[in-house]
Amino acid sequence: MASTDVDVQGLDATEGVDRQVSDAAADSTFAEVDDRERSIPAIEFRDVTLSFDDRVVLDGLSFTVQKGETKIILGGSGGGKSTTIKLLLGLLKPDSGRIFVDGEDITDYTEAEMMSVRKNMGMIFQEGALFDSLSVYDNVAYRLHEQEVPEEEVEQEVRRMLSFVNLEDAIDKMPIELSGGMRRRVGIARALVGGPKIVMFDEPTAGLDPPTARTICELAIKLRDLEDVSSIFVTHEMNNVHYITSEYAVVNEAGEIVFENEGERLCLVNTKVLMLRDGGIIFEGTDEALRKSEDAYISRFIRGY
Amino acid sequence: MNFALSALLEVQETTLLAARAARRLFRRPTYIPEMITQMDVIGVGSLTIILLTGFFTGGVLALQTYPTLKYYGAQDQTGRLVATALVRELGPVLTGLMVAGRVASAIAAELGSMVVSQQIDAMRALGTDPVRKLVAPRLIALVVTLPLLTLIADSVGIGGGWVVSTQFFDIASGSFMAAVWAGLSTEDIVGGFVKSTAFALIIATVACRQGLKTEGGTVGVGRSTTTAVVSSSILIIVADYFITRGLQIILGLPAA
Repeated sequence: MASTDVDVQGLDATEGVDRQVSDAAADSTFAEVDDRERSIPAIEFRDVTLSFDDRVVLDGLSFTVQKGETKIILGGSGGGKSTTIKLLLGLLKPDSGRIFVDGEDITDYTEAEMMSVRKNMGMIFQEGALFDSLSVYDNVAYRLHEQEVPEEEVEQEVRRMLSFVNLEDAIDKMPIELSGGMRRRVGIARALVGGPKIVMFDEPTAGLDPPTARTICELAIKLRDLEDVSSIFVTHEMNNVHYITSEYAVVNEAGEIVFENEGERLCLVNTKVLMLRDGGIIFEGTDEALRKSEDAYISRFIRGY
Repeated sequence: MNFALSALLEVQETTLLAARAARRLFRRPTYIPEMITQMDVIGVGSLTIILLTGFFTGGVLALQTYPTLKYYGAQDQTGRLVATALVRELGPVLTGLMVAGRVASAIAAELGSMVVSQQIDAMRALGTDPVRKLVAPRLIALVVTLPLLTLIADSVGIGGGWVVSTQFFDIASGSFMAAVWAGLSTEDIVGGFVKSTAFALIIATVACRQGLKTEGGTVGVGRSTTTAVVSSSILIIVADYFITRGLQIILGLPAA
């Protein structure tokens, strides 16, 4: 499952790639480039509009998320960030515009049709949204229990996912016994069961202390770089943007996952930032371009003044 | 939106919810364990209040009607009056109201809390239909247990009437029971089952609908809970009138 295929654009390409990525991973990367399926965006919003009564929440929103790419959606409260995710999951329907998942138009799908689309998606909610009446084990196993998977396989998968989020010891606890950060991590484990290729994070670090927030960001980086997952990461915290846009995960020779900084010689091309304001896009591009933006609102948002 | 239009919309949405729950009952997964859990919570959990309500209602019926019946020299018909009143009317209605108070509030609060904490969204995101997982088991549990609870309330109520009649008044046990059997007909019992099944549908759909449409955080949960209890109680009383009239026509129960 784990691979070392990190999308990097070398400033000094040959030397950089040789140093950072193994030959096998490079072959795998070329195979992905040749794969025509990968040219179809994992997610596409085409001129999507949504209003609640008289309030326009999304106003002609258009963007794409490529396979293996992470799109960070930034913006203030009420800017339409969480609504975008709910539209993608089919929890809300747009007033106009089209939404595509893996090239498939899901805009007019019924609830029953959306169920099969959602099987390939994972969603991490702001507060975890764990089922209070179920233990950590049952929460993580929820999707597998619904699919009536044999219990031995369920247990194996639950332990694997809890190990991915470093929470093996909490397997028998109830959600009420967990801290905020642990709840989010259980939420991530639950969302990742079944190996979804699209994962959405809805402000997963809100209200968490910096080390725990960092842990959540590392999980998002691992998913992007080691699991080839396409994701939308909704946040309004610049620390998260910094971690996800400047670091990548690789497996070292000892088989351990380590996080490297892109530094001056590399530039991560599989992570872009999208900034929303009043339901419209005011910025789309790399974090470097975001930092250089002279827009007064963006400047105030990222620097606080 | 005016009141009549919003009331009509609410009726439509509640009916659609019940229809969706019923339509998806037999698709896999069938959630049998959830149904059994709900039957335990709703049925077994309501047993104490139903036993107390039934017993004392039967007792007070005997207590209130005996003097009047004695005035007309018909005191040996006390058992008949207690049994008929309980099986036809008071058993189903009082059981419905008691269960509405206890269960509708619990269902609306539980589902409402799940909505405000995004657990319903999480369930949908994980590919589960909340109507099938949450509404259908509660609907089935109520439809199965409310008629049984009503039957228990009727029996215990007749027992309460028997205790009062034989211990406080000069009615022999055999005379009381003979009047009970003479007063009851199959139509009465069928009518009681029809009513309690209808009340179960009302409680389940109203409570689930109110819970699932909760908005506005914890204040919204409180509002949904209150609305669920008040709406289901009023609907039970109103439906009781129309079902009684319908049964009089269909089953030929005495109307005049």
